[in-house]
Amino acid sequence: MPVVVEGAPPLSPKPLDTPQRVRRETLRLILRSPTFILGAIVTLFWVACAFAGLEIAPYHPIDESFGFSYESPSWNHPFGLDRVGRDILSRVIVGARSVIEVAPAASLLGVTLGSFLGLVMGYFSGLVDNIIGRVIDAVLAVPFIVFGILLLTALAGGTSQDGISVSSLKLVIVIGLAFMPIVARTVRSAVLVERDLDYVQAAKLRGERPPYIMLVEILPNVMGPIVVEVTIRLGYAVFAFATLAFLGYGPQPPSPDWGSQIAEQYADISLAWWAIVFPALAIASLVVAINLIADTVQQVLDQ
Amino acid sequence: MSAEPAFEVEPAAAALELRDVEIVYRVRGRDREVVRGVTLTIEKQGSYGLVGESGCGKSTAALSIVRYLPRNGRVTKGSITVAGRNVLKLRGEALRRYRRDAVSMVYQNPGSALNPALRVGRQVAEVFALRGAGRGEARERSLAALREVNIADPSSVLRRYPHQLSGGMQQRVIIAMALATNPELLILDEPTTGLDATVEAEVLELISELQERHSTAVMFISHNLGLIRKMCERTGVLYAGELVEEGPTEEILQNPRHPYTVGLLRCIPRGGLRKDRGKLDTIPGFLPPIGADLPACVYVHRCALAQDICREQKPEDQRVGATHTSRCHFHEIAQQLPRSTDPTPVDTTGIDRLAIPLLQVDDLTKTFRQDGNDIKALAGVSAKLWPGETLGLVGESGSGKTTFARTLLGIVEPTSGTVEVDGQLMAPGLGDRSASDVAALQIVFQNPDSALNRRHTVRRMLKRTLGKLANVGGGEAERRAEELVESVRLPERALSTRPTGLSGGQKQRVAIARAFAGNPRLVVCDEPTSALDVSVQAAILNLLVDLQHGMGTSYVFISHDLGVVRYLSDRIAVLYLGRLMELGPAETVFSPPHHPYTEALLSAVPTIEGEQRVRIDLEGDIPSAADPPTGCVFHTRCPRFLGAICVEEEPPLAEVEPEHFMRCHIPIDELRQLQATAPPAVTRPTVEV
Repeated sequence: MPVVVEGAPPLSPKPLDTPQRVRRETLRLILRSPTFILGAIVTLFWVACAFAGLEIAPYHPIDESFGFSYESPSWNHPFGLDRVGRDILSRVIVGARSVIEVAPAASLLGVTLGSFLGLVMGYFSGLVDNIIGRVIDAVLAVPFIVFGILLLTALAGGTSQDGISVSSLKLVIVIGLAFMPIVARTVRSAVLVERDLDYVQAAKLRGERPPYIMLVEILPNVMGPIVVEVTIRLGYAVFAFATLAFLGYGPQPPSPDWGSQIAEQYADISLAWWAIVFPALAIASLVVAINLIADTVQQVLDQ
Repeated sequence: MSAEPAFEVEPAAAALELRDVEIVYRVRGRDREVVRGVTLTIEKQGSYGLVGESGCGKSTAALSIVRYLPRNGRVTKGSITVAGRNVLKLRGEALRRYRRDAVSMVYQNPGSALNPALRVGRQVAEVFALRGAGRGEARERSLAALREVNIADPSSVLRRYPHQLSGGMQQRVIIAMALATNPELLILDEPTTGLDATVEAEVLELISELQERHSTAVMFISHNLGLIRKMCERTGVLYAGELVEEGPTEEILQNPRHPYTVGLLRCIPRGGLRKDRGKLDTIPGFLPPIGADLPACVYVHRCALAQDICREQKPEDQRVGATHTSRCHFHEIAQQLPRSTDPTPVDTTGIDRLAIPLLQVDDLTKTFRQDGNDIKALAGVSAKLWPGETLGLVGESGSGKTTFARTLLGIVEPTSGTVEVDGQLMAPGLGDRSASDVAALQIVFQNPDSALNRRHTVRRMLKRTLGKLANVGGGEAERRAEELVESVRLPERALSTRPTGLSGGQKQRVAIARAFAGNPRLVVCDEPTSALDVSVQAAILNLLVDLQHGMGTSYVFISHDLGVVRYLSDRIAVLYLGRLMELGPAETVFSPPHHPYTEALLSAVPTIEGEQRVRIDLEGDIPSAADPPTGCVFHTRCPRFLGAICVEEEPPLAEVEPEHFMRCHIPIDELRQLQATAPPAVTRPTVEV
């Protein structure tokens, strides 16, 4: 007599590749990667400086009472003194705050705006995509610096002697806007792939409207590239901020800031290299550290 | 002619010998066994078929032979010998010469095996240049190689880029390149899976012809047992990385001695099996995931014959024939394997064809505009479908099956013609249809991976669909979602899972549940099982039959697998270049007299029974829909071509027997006579147009 085994088949017997497990193993891979560890340590150091700079720094960053102008590095002042005799180490440490205040917010803003634009372009494609795409091409043809200065000048309130005082909020907006087109392009190409998958058809076949399909169906599936974009843009945002600060659009003297420190003293580099090199190294270390993290995140998400 | 030394072979040795080969992949820091102790031999000029479900290690085994395992894979044990040389020891130059001279591989997707940026000629010539041929000689030999694979105009093919060739043509070019060097061993990994049945038949014939001429041994990897039957003397059945049964193909198919082989053979709708004559059997459970700890017998979880001994003691290879072994303790009673499904057929007598049709399509036409050309994807298709009935759509790719389905659903708006459901006219575009009209027509897609949003849980998908199409929410939606999951035989906990936690078959069940959420009148099934293994396919087909029986839903069923279409369909429509060539009850269409096109399609399919059939050659590829032939659109390839009338006049779709429609100039009685006696003329009179 035949035995009939009917009914529900079990879910996979002993799933080895459950999503939880894949996530755990992926996380372990990230956390063990030396590049990630190095990047994370350096980044965390600068974040700590941003939040508790005044406590960490040996001296007050605008205290000018230590000695002469451009005193070379010594035990008391390992990074030396600047033109007006302030401790450079303390100024570098406290100077992290202005970057950390602007860069993450700017990259988030840029990626958010760019993602929405990219979703719209990729989903509707055709005419919409063409028009927005050409505008983006035009914007990207203008160098970032020109774009940034134009926008900042338009937004700026008052001018001071050395430069134009702009609030952090305005810098966030300008850098975010500058990043929007390039992010939109990346997200658009990811959306183009998703849009042709059958689940989008299936959503249309139950009468869903485009905003729902874009935000609820497609967006979660393109989060991978978006997360990568956030980390990459963060590195660029640090650099963009430092550039604008160097040009005088940012924190104004005497407040400590890496870009403006270099701007103030770069003419004297032959006299006192330490006044330029240490703030420059600070910028470089933060950019490189963030890019190390970005690389790891990208590699792991690509697997 | 070779500028450098050739790879040395032992002339007398077997083409391929695997001895106790074990292969692991290192994934996220852990070794996972994929191939476990495989031993097999392919004699000189022999042909060997490797079958098994996806994930059982077929392709991995093949890649290890050409030494192309992915970076994280390695052979941890055993030896691989090709023509007497241990290939695992080869390094550097020797390895390169081995790949150049002794072994060739043809992959599943010909499109990605050719470099899209280089002309075909350059790629083919490279094969000869590598062996020291000069420019002129390489070109001469390229031409000869393409002629050998029956490419009529080789010099024009050499000038083209790969994307300008059809899939069948690309695969022929690749086969030409693979055999150009007279390798000892040719490995074919699902070489015809992406091709139409008619093209597949031609390619297979070509392979066996060339194998003989080049005295090459062939290893054929396929999930299609009919094809293995046609091509291979010996067959090995792979399960979870172990060779569970091995022997002469004929014996394995007629007298299988491992419960897995027995199960596989029972899953396939064949020999004219139909839903009203019996249910398909399935194999319960799942292939153990890669890297899992395996029990003594790898198949024990899914085997209805399993006893305690199977869990405790690893079965040895048992000799069950002269050269036939089975790795099973109970090989003697393997064929008495109990069924895992109830074989009772469904009752299909309830279809009332005098009632108002559920679906009435009138003169549906769709013309796409592409690069300034009008492409008629559908040219005046009319059909009716009654409640509870399945209409099977068959035809080669480009015949308009999918366009027809999408036009019904409103995804594509027809250029002209109408779609009526229950006597109600449907708006042409999806956006203009009411919610209830949208709910009435649903689809199950071919690829369940792409059909489900990988970020949403099953619960979310089903509840959202219920809310939109059945207008229920809250607790009621939850209850209905549970019912739906149960109706497609998934456990309730599947509701909280995302698609990544489900197997291919389970995903397709979820997709079916979603299609049924709004109580549809008609569900379009667009190749719903072609991405699945046969054991899973059988379970999905049974499920579709049960759901239809329980709910009275109608199906439009698209498939290139004629066995599957025949199993499920009540009536069948044969499409060619957007035109209906034949329409009638399934059994009528599948038994003579057929339309000549249907006849050719049927003759192209290799069957497991291996009955002697004359294959009808369809010359060339399906013509372009941008410039369809005059008169009868099939006349350029028709094996029963009459003469001028076929070129000049398009035959009407006439009712040749009750309920049986055909578009052909040959009278039905004459067709009946022709098809009962003579195979069609191989060479047909050529008519200049």
